[in-house]
Amino acid sequence: MSEPIAELFRRVAPQVDFCSLRFVDEHSEILRVRQNVLQPVARSADTGAMVTVIDGGGLGYAATSDLTARGLENACTQARAWAARTARLAVTDFSRVPMPSPQGQYATRVGIPWDSTSLADKIALLQRENERLKIDPRIVDWEASLWHTRSRTVYLTNHDGHVEQEFSFLVPALSATANAGSETQTRSLGGRGLCRQGGLEVLDQIGFYEAAPRLAGEALALLAAPNCPTGTMDLLLAPDQMILQIHESIGHPLELDRILGDERNYAGTSFVTLDMFGTYRYGSDLLNITYDPTLQGEFASFGFDDDGVPAAKEHIIRNGILERPLGSIVSQQRAGLAGVANARASSWNRPPIDRMANLNLEPGTATLGEMIAAVERGIYMQSNNSWSIDDSRNKFQFGCEWGQLIENGKLTTLVKKPNYRGISATFWRSLKMVGAVATRNILGTPNCGKGEPNQAVRVGHASPACLFANVDVFGGA
Amino acid sequence: MQGYFYELADFAWSKLEAGEIATASFQGEDSEFVRFNKSAVRQAGNVVQRELEIELIRDRKHARGSVTLAGGQEADHARVAALIEDLRAMIPFLPDDPHLLYSKEVRSGEKHGDNKLPAGTDAAGTVLAAGGGKDLVGLYAGGGVYSGFANSLGQKNWFSTFTFNLDWSLYHHQDKAVKSAYAGFVWDESALERKMAAADEQLAILARPAYSIDPGRYRVFLSPFAVYDILGTLSWGGFGLKDHRTKQTTLIKMVEDGARLNPEVEIVENTAGGVAPDFQSAGFIKPPRIDLISRGCFSHCLVSPRSAKEYGVPTNGASQWEAPASIDMAAGTLPPDRILGELGAGLLINNVHYLNYSDRPACRMTGMTRFATFWVENGKIMAPVNVMRFDETIYRALGEHLVALTAEREFIIDAHTYGGRSVQSGRVPGALIDEFTFTL
Repeated sequence: MSEPIAELFRRVAPQVDFCSLRFVDEHSEILRVRQNVLQPVARSADTGAMVTVIDGGGLGYAATSDLTARGLENACTQARAWAARTARLAVTDFSRVPMPSPQGQYATRVGIPWDSTSLADKIALLQRENERLKIDPRIVDWEASLWHTRSRTVYLTNHDGHVEQEFSFLVPALSATANAGSETQTRSLGGRGLCRQGGLEVLDQIGFYEAAPRLAGEALALLAAPNCPTGTMDLLLAPDQMILQIHESIGHPLELDRILGDERNYAGTSFVTLDMFGTYRYGSDLLNITYDPTLQGEFASFGFDDDGVPAAKEHIIRNGILERPLGSIVSQQRAGLAGVANARASSWNRPPIDRMANLNLEPGTATLGEMIAAVERGIYMQSNNSWSIDDSRNKFQFGCEWGQLIENGKLTTLVKKPNYRGISATFWRSLKMVGAVATRNILGTPNCGKGEPNQAVRVGHASPACLFANVDVFGGA
Repeated sequence: MQGYFYELADFAWSKLEAGEIATASFQGEDSEFVRFNKSAVRQAGNVVQRELEIELIRDRKHARGSVTLAGGQEADHARVAALIEDLRAMIPFLPDDPHLLYSKEVRSGEKHGDNKLPAGTDAAGTVLAAGGGKDLVGLYAGGGVYSGFANSLGQKNWFSTFTFNLDWSLYHHQDKAVKSAYAGFVWDESALERKMAAADEQLAILARPAYSIDPGRYRVFLSPFAVYDILGTLSWGGFGLKDHRTKQTTLIKMVEDGARLNPEVEIVENTAGGVAPDFQSAGFIKPPRIDLISRGCFSHCLVSPRSAKEYGVPTNGASQWEAPASIDMAAGTLPPDRILGELGAGLLINNVHYLNYSDRPACRMTGMTRFATFWVENGKIMAPVNVMRFDETIYRALGEHLVALTAEREFIIDAHTYGGRSVQSGRVPGALIDEFTFTL
């Protein structure tokens, strides 16, 4: 397919300052077993291309699923017309952006390919795990699922750029919901927070086969648990909550397009301003954040971003000091700051904007036991189930499925509905211990929403467990 | 477009074998998007997309697949034929589905929109002219949106609409801004100018030094846009039959413990008064209206075909998500000119942001104030208020502490464009509420 589309592009690409074609061919399959019943198997094939033209200072795009010469020619004409009509009205002179024309490939390393296991065997696997979730009559809903996506992209430019990338994404999920009267509690694995690149070997990596009875037992235990207490205390966060904390209160506020104002009507602005980079103390000395689209197996790894910039690992925050924004080549030009390779689009029908890809918190040295032992009065929280933050990405409130009090250096009482709130600008300065690599998990989410028009993209986060001092904690109503 | 979809569906039926039934669902749009920042163009372009989903059924087994359509007969016939082959090959490996339900009663229908839209570039020019000298940010989205359904039993349904949605804000400084929206079917420059002028008036107040309030309980007025966002969160798990039967509904206290909202609260899925099509992807037709909450009490669930079969009740044409698409909340009695006076001292909240449940069984929601939120004293707007986090149950906000709903309602066309341009809408009043809880 790539040769014909490259051929076609060469034939129809207009004589302009810059023109690119981004072709996406994505095949997904979702298998779900709920309450021991296979839900409708859903397959999808989504294929199309976006043509982007930069000319005379303007930028225009046109997306089409008509991949004939005529279809692509029409798209080129439309994109060129948009560029021409908006050239003198644009936020910047786009012709000054040094758009690259790279050559290269990327492919997810896959151990056990999705198609190497038959459909019947994958359904049988889900049936088996689903049945293991129903351990008690109070388990009122239970589900096991696998969502696999194979994506192939080709990026071409009118200056001989040619990049081909192939991805394999897996989103496994298990959940058990328990009920007694008007109290309902859910425990889950995966889905919104645990996704990786790879094949079915990911299931072994994440403990998919061992999780079902534990999750169901924990949902039942939460029914009988007391409400999370209210108070200021130390907070130990597991990696599956840390990723949300990183995502919302470090990732989004550091997106350069937010800082430049593009998102102010929808996703919001940022409390971070351009003058903070290089000097601002974002967190304690223990805070080290990297942007790393090169980490093998993480959900948003790639070889090149959607503007053709090669992937590279960069420090965003080093020893607590803010170093660089999450800004793509276009935003870097607009802001006059160095950034990262993070121009990303959700598919062929949306233009790239500044996004997180893999945004990770670098491991420290503490064991989980050492962090628990260091707490006199605190709480350990796992598995996000509630998230909200203001439009400047400052005042946040997050909730988890699972909470366990820490008293005098020991894990004690299980509590339900654990929530906490804080302010990004000060919260990270209370980071007082960072877990070692043994406590780290490589996680991610398939649906990070942003942009106008709206886009939901895949994002990866890797984090160890972390301990914070003096956090405002509370429970349910 | 309609003819193309029907021709493709007929082609698909020609590929069926004896004993097979199939349904086809079509989604498409021709969209122009112009994104603005600081009264300049950030990105502009257009998107043409068409997706066809086919469900192949043999006895109690079925499989579902979708393909992007290229728009040309040769390519699309090949894609449809390949999809049917793929689904047919899958079916022997699938168990019988005890919850399969599709429409066997042929109920065809059509609803066509008129295209009276301007070219996107013309609309963008008007927007930039109106926003000249100001800090305008937002998105113009316009064009046709199409939905279709057909099955091999002979049913055919078609829906098209041609809408624009200019979703925009005027910024004063930092996070101090006025949010507005101009959506509809016929572009009227004077209507945009009126909205811009109204936003300008509020912008002047945003120039005043902002108040910061302490956490606590305050009397508030929530604009219809804020109420719409709260109802949007309530629609996430509140009304679906599956959520009710699995005890996951966020309204479980209404169902299990007899909790009630204020008797003035009437919430309806008003398909007849909304923008969305009246058919869904399994071919079932939605009734004109479904009472969800009546006189403050839970009334009916939204029931997808699958839930209908699973729980042995009739479907009411809900989508698989069992969430309202055309939510309608009844008006109250508070006239517009008495809103500030009745508020007295408290917060006038025009918009809220990033809502989520903080305790699902208690239906407690948290979220932020955003854009133009003002402190009011003695019925007069005094100053903008710095953003505050609220955390409040629906039973307090729309129950014991609801003072009044406004007599006038706002018709809101959803501006979301995830995957495609939304055709959801809402008709909602504003709400005057006492002792609304702010926490941060």
